[in-house]
Amino acid sequence: MISHFLKLEWKQFFRSSSFSKSIGAKILIGFFGLYFTVCFLLIGIGAYWILKKQFPEQDPLVLVNSFLMYVIVADLIFRYLMQKLPVMNIKPLLVLPIQKSKIVHFILTKSSCSFFNILGLFFYVPFSVVLITQGYNLAGILGWLASMILIIQSVNFFNFLVNKNNSVLVGLLLLLIFGYFIQYFNWFDLPGFIGKGFDAVYQSPILSLLFLVMLIGLYMVNFKQLRNEVYLDALISEQTKEINSADLSFLEKLGDLGPFIKNDLRLIWRNKRTKSSVWMIAMGLLYGLFFYPNPMYADMEFIYVLVGIFSTGTLLINFGQFIPAWDSGYFNMLMSQNFKYERYLKSKFTIMAISVVALFVLGIPYIYFGWKVLLVHFAAMIYNLGVNTHVILLGGTFNRKRINLDEKAAFNFQGTGAVQWIIGIPLMILPMAIFGLINWLIGFEIATATIAVMGFIGIALHKKFMAAITKKYITNKYVMIHAFKQEN
Amino acid sequence: MIETTQLSKKYGKVEVLNIASLEIPTGQSFGLVGNNGAGKTTYFNMLLDLIRPTKGSITNHDIVVNQSEAWKNFTGSFIDESFLIGYLTPDEYFDFIGDLRGMNKADVKLFLTQFGEFFNDEVLGKKKYLRDLSKGNQKKAGIIAAMMGNPKVVILDEPFANLDPTTQIRLKKILKTLTENKEITVLVSSHDLSHVTEVCERIVVLDKGHLVKDIETSQETLKELESYFSV
Repeated sequence: MISHFLKLEWKQFFRSSSFSKSIGAKILIGFFGLYFTVCFLLIGIGAYWILKKQFPEQDPLVLVNSFLMYVIVADLIFRYLMQKLPVMNIKPLLVLPIQKSKIVHFILTKSSCSFFNILGLFFYVPFSVVLITQGYNLAGILGWLASMILIIQSVNFFNFLVNKNNSVLVGLLLLLIFGYFIQYFNWFDLPGFIGKGFDAVYQSPILSLLFLVMLIGLYMVNFKQLRNEVYLDALISEQTKEINSADLSFLEKLGDLGPFIKNDLRLIWRNKRTKSSVWMIAMGLLYGLFFYPNPMYADMEFIYVLVGIFSTGTLLINFGQFIPAWDSGYFNMLMSQNFKYERYLKSKFTIMAISVVALFVLGIPYIYFGWKVLLVHFAAMIYNLGVNTHVILLGGTFNRKRINLDEKAAFNFQGTGAVQWIIGIPLMILPMAIFGLINWLIGFEIATATIAVMGFIGIALHKKFMAAITKKYITNKYVMIHAFKQEN
Repeated sequence: MIETTQLSKKYGKVEVLNIASLEIPTGQSFGLVGNNGAGKTTYFNMLLDLIRPTKGSITNHDIVVNQSEAWKNFTGSFIDESFLIGYLTPDEYFDFIGDLRGMNKADVKLFLTQFGEFFNDEVLGKKKYLRDLSKGNQKKAGIIAAMMGNPKVVILDEPFANLDPTTQIRLKKILKTLTENKEITVLVSSHDLSHVTEVCERIVVLDKGHLVKDIETSQETLKELESYFSV
């Protein structure tokens, strides 16, 4: 039976009509995976000595243990955003003589082999090996390692339980912040307290059985829940909950563009794929926090441009790169309706432009890192408005992939083609390079001004650009109609 | 008047449609029948400029459809679910289409009141997205949307499929009133011979892309078609 399932999965993977087309994206994901694997492996091997050198008076294992709480919570949050419950097209299987519990066991087992679960091992296993060679108690380390593996698996199944529940995510985030603060102010060492628990596992490895019990428990709960959902109506009843539509009539003031903008807002708000990319916008806005607090980047002013473009342009990039594929589901209808293509594109442009300005305003607190940062962000905003909006609309004419709006966004590369990768060059690399060069040759002010002026030129030529882009869309119409019909 | 001349569509070397000449006068209710793969949907798609002909052309009220877009002003159509926007409620969808067709909210409301019976309280005012409606109710929404904004030409592909018997009868009534004044041209394709003969005054049979029969509907038409297809 299992071999049947595996065969089906195999065929699904290789026979999907988008397989050969999205091979590039798959290779890229592969590279990311490899990169992370190697990083974890190196850290796993080196961690013992690094910690020994940095904190000579502390036991590296105890040190690692005291941070495990953060690791586990962060892992959970990361999974919540990224990991999908493995899907399997169960509908055709339901009426065949296959036990439903088998299907559920298969799905759950498959999930525990996910990359997310294996990645951690590349740290824990070499770290444990090093500890053993350094004379740690063999049984203790094995017990500890087993606990880690069991915890990873437990997190895996816990994630599926909380996956449909946003409040759990908020709770976890609060726990993370809370834990950080009480450690920061030395009130109570919660992570350390939890760390002590892991120390105890090392002392008496038998305790790792507790985690086994936890894993089995979580598996059972998952199994029970899923087993109840292996019905067609379970899927339906979830869908048809009552909806309340927000009153968007104020948008009618936008005249011609009103109906399209209204639609696009609904598109973003009412579909899984777009909804989860709202999270991406939040992450994009906070992108600067990766760089600015780090003194290493203090002198690298061209980084400001990258952050500026990215933080004011996350919606522009996330939303814009899939124009007009967002509308692929009903593209035929749009193409046989009576409206000017330009009106359609202009509404997309307006949404992107508004988002760029709004995100800039939300990003004003970046001034904390210096007025230069804000100034560059402002220039980047202008550049986004004048240049990137047009570039991304033009890139849209190369979109040839249908998008299914009902699927989650993270690690969903449906609809992604070479364009989405290549377009990053004019979008981000080019302004960075120009800024970097002029900053180096002449000075900061001129470099910033250049970026802004490029944006202003773009804004001035807006009408011309739009006309040219519209023409391009119209000539590509039939190819798009054909391509958007292809199911993946 | 819709004129088709020397129309041909080829995919590679396979010719899927070849119509030497077909004229549909204004106000006619026109039915297209044929087995799977006969080319009905292909023809409608070309009429809507969704696919390009390999040769020849279609002229819709003196406008060559793949040269100008002016025909969109007076042509309403529903081909399949891909004409619906799944994440809108039916009411929002009608507002959207109405707006594209130059109707304001009040116009849309007034227009929809005529179809209360057809919708059977299952479409309007329900807090549900189109994607969550049943296939039949989705179809109802799509068909009515195709009639919005006083079109001169209405194109419906397989309008009777997926509808319940009551709705089929109501749809036939709607289509008949639509062509009553001989001003609106209605093009319908169907696999159901009795429906088509009831609604359409003229029926064209396609077979593997070729026009094989062109019949003025009369008492004997249904029999004639049945005997043709029962081979």
